[in-house]
Amino acid sequence: MMKTNQENNEVIMKLDRRAFIKSAAASSAIATAAAIFPGISFAEWKKQEGASGMITWKKAPCRFCGTGCGVLIGVSGDRAVAVKGDPNCSVNKGLCCVKGYHSVQALYGKDRLTKAKVRRNGEMVEVPIKEALDIIAAKMKDTMAKHGKDSVAMYGSGQWTIPDGYVASKLFKGCLGTNNLEANARLCMSSAVTGFMTSFGIDEPMGCYEDIDYANVFVTWGNNMAEMHPVLFSRMLANRKRRNNVEIIDFATRTTRTSQAADRSILFRPQTDLAVANAICYEIIHNNWVNWDFLNTHVSFHKGKTDIGYGTEDHFAFTDKEEPINFEEYKKFLEDYTPEKVEKISGVSARDIKYMASLYGDPTKKVTSFWCMGMNQHTRGTWIQNLVYNIHLLTGKISTPGNSPFSLTGQPSACGTVREVGTLTHALPHGGVANEHDREMAAKIWDVPVSNIDPKPTYHTVEMFRALDRGDIKFMWIQVTNPMVTMPNLNRYRQGALKDDRFIVVSEVYPTPTTDVADVILPAAMWVEQEGMFGNSERRTQHFAQIVPPPGEAMSDTWQLIEVARRLGFEKQFPWSEEEHIGKIWEEYRRFHEGPKHNMAPYTVLLERPGVMWPFVDGKETRWRFNPKHDPACTNGKDFDFYGKADNKAWIWARPYEPAAESPDAEYNFWLNTGRVIEHFHTGSMTRRVPVLHQAMPSSYVELNPEDAAGLGVINGEMVKIISRRGSVTMPASINGRGVPPRGMVFVPFFDESYLINEVTLDAFCPISKQPDYKKCAVRLEKA
Amino acid sequence: MPIFSYLVIPKAGAIDTLHAELTALPWCEIIPADNKEIVILVTDTPDAATEKKLQERLKELDSLQSMSMTFGHNDEDQPGKQRGDYEA
Repeated sequence: MMKTNQENNEVIMKLDRRAFIKSAAASSAIATAAAIFPGISFAEWKKQEGASGMITWKKAPCRFCGTGCGVLIGVSGDRAVAVKGDPNCSVNKGLCCVKGYHSVQALYGKDRLTKAKVRRNGEMVEVPIKEALDIIAAKMKDTMAKHGKDSVAMYGSGQWTIPDGYVASKLFKGCLGTNNLEANARLCMSSAVTGFMTSFGIDEPMGCYEDIDYANVFVTWGNNMAEMHPVLFSRMLANRKRRNNVEIIDFATRTTRTSQAADRSILFRPQTDLAVANAICYEIIHNNWVNWDFLNTHVSFHKGKTDIGYGTEDHFAFTDKEEPINFEEYKKFLEDYTPEKVEKISGVSARDIKYMASLYGDPTKKVTSFWCMGMNQHTRGTWIQNLVYNIHLLTGKISTPGNSPFSLTGQPSACGTVREVGTLTHALPHGGVANEHDREMAAKIWDVPVSNIDPKPTYHTVEMFRALDRGDIKFMWIQVTNPMVTMPNLNRYRQGALKDDRFIVVSEVYPTPTTDVADVILPAAMWVEQEGMFGNSERRTQHFAQIVPPPGEAMSDTWQLIEVARRLGFEKQFPWSEEEHIGKIWEEYRRFHEGPKHNMAPYTVLLERPGVMWPFVDGKETRWRFNPKHDPACTNGKDFDFYGKADNKAWIWARPYEPAAESPDAEYNFWLNTGRVIEHFHTGSMTRRVPVLHQAMPSSYVELNPEDAAGLGVINGEMVKIISRRGSVTMPASINGRGVPPRGMVFVPFFDESYLINEVTLDAFCPISKQPDYKKCAVRLEKA
Repeated sequence: MPIFSYLVIPKAGAIDTLHAELTALPWCEIIPADNKEIVILVTDTPDAATEKKLQERLKELDSLQSMSMTFGHNDEDQPGKQRGDYEA
């Protein structure tokens, strides 16, 4: 029987699709072989590629963590079909992790959002995207007219490209005049920012990944790098193998793959890293391992308020008050933190504390400290950053190759977009809204009256969602993030978003629990379906071109914002053509950072390279800031210049140990710790659409200590109910899996929307950074 | 309709035999490396039952030292818990 044309087309499409999948399978194998066997060659495959003209390779940064690995994306026709590490990118030198190698498959999930949807009579109905954009602009106008400018809000992301965040800031802060602009990076790295600002007066790491090639000792502070930053961890392991003077110390609250690979695994009780860091400083001073030349020239001593609260109540406010102290006062403060006293608080033996101090104190060893969420998601997140900096400052181990306190980020542009563009309520692309000079600069560059920019910050993320619940905010536009999975104490914030007179817009690539609460869904372009830039953990800005077209009516977040801005009457501030807008936006944004402390590379330079580190001065990247051998911003004529602070010094802070907001008690007798796994990026909304990743890690679980599991009568895979004062989740047990918590703690990865663990967590935060603590709350367990 | 790719390592001195044996198997395509004793194998079977049989035949190859999967796709076995279907 003859086939119809339609049937013939379907056969051809299926064949094309299978050929595409097989090509991706072969490319994946070749990329893996190249990573394992450097120099391996497959001439047969190259001939096939060349003969068919099938694949061209284009550069981009990976979008599945904050490392910023350079990837080359193989494109066949209009489709991305393969990925390999970019050998020209200094970050990863051709290596990728499992997420990177499979990253392009995340573009092609079957349920990709391709059309705009609007809620009508309770149902989501498809509409042309222009109509959806009209509705959004009209709703914003109407809401501001009725309830004031601070009734509308935008919630973005560390996965926003730099232009996305920049136009959001310009629209909300410059044009609409509200500081209701936040990003999910508040949940992942704002303690890192306040740590840098309080200790150095300027944000982002002073070192770079090259530190890994020089350090003799690596201390991972609550940081499971083997799973969260696997390419950097591989680089550490490669250094340990190549050089015979490298050791890795994993300092954590549970045993992980990082602990297993480390030379030493030291476990501490949750929150007591504060006490241990102080004990290390005590020991350094007690043994006279202080680098006095460095200390006397480059460091000043300070203290702040104590007993500072946890922010669990609405409208919580806190402002720290700095007071200068001297070295003797600091030394006296540390007397409460002898190793023997801290052993009782932390569970870390005095011997181990002394051992860690001896590594930092040994003048012949170069030490790099790495951290990420363990120190950032902490109700004393700012303090613990200060305390680790204290260790490096006492010993002078900073701003030189291999000596590096290094805060890693989890998202591809948490640094580039949120920290550098300043997409947080208090910030501007340069400085903060409270500073008159910064407002004047922004108004000039944005071509808006300076009076438009409100000098008062409004809501940080947790308080913004509380305001939505209370009704102070009526309209919220959410882009590139999934807060209905990630907000702590989630039940409250989901109920708030669902209230009748709230209007929620969500720009997304796939359906998520956040699109479930939306009144309008905009289909978004993802990653290399648009042009943009990310900024990684080592101050590296990475450009990517639009490599493949977005599906259907999907549109970049940048262009969605521009379309709405124009509908709101701001054509003058958003004049760019669709073809040129990214380059034009970049050159406008770059004006905010002119000068040797933060100069960014021109657009034309970004196009050519796999990434450029700032400050980029006279055509050169700056690898180690505050060091005049590397940093042209140093002007004091000394061997270091900590120019971020007015006294040109780095600040040592006396910060005490204070307990967590909620600790286990008789009723809720376990710590709950939450986090990530190597296979999935954050809430899994993209990586769970990649079959290989999904099959490798199909669902979440609760890690139990084997003795606790035995006490509960639970075996591997049986269901356990985790109950807190806020909610409960029932999920399968994992016993002696890839991670093992100590007795009295459970760990749950948050990637799986079927098990919303954040219905259980607590919305307590660091009063200085306002970053929530996802690592500590009290729960009890029941066998389900 | 599963598609998989593997890095295949032969037993010592058996690379030529491995090429021949893999080439002779149905549903298999190979890409040999030029300068290492490594073969990339891409399998494309019509259904799970055929895939299972092929896996068994691969295990029986005397020339084969080890196989490491680098890619996997199966239309019939798409993830079920997450909303929506998946397509590579």
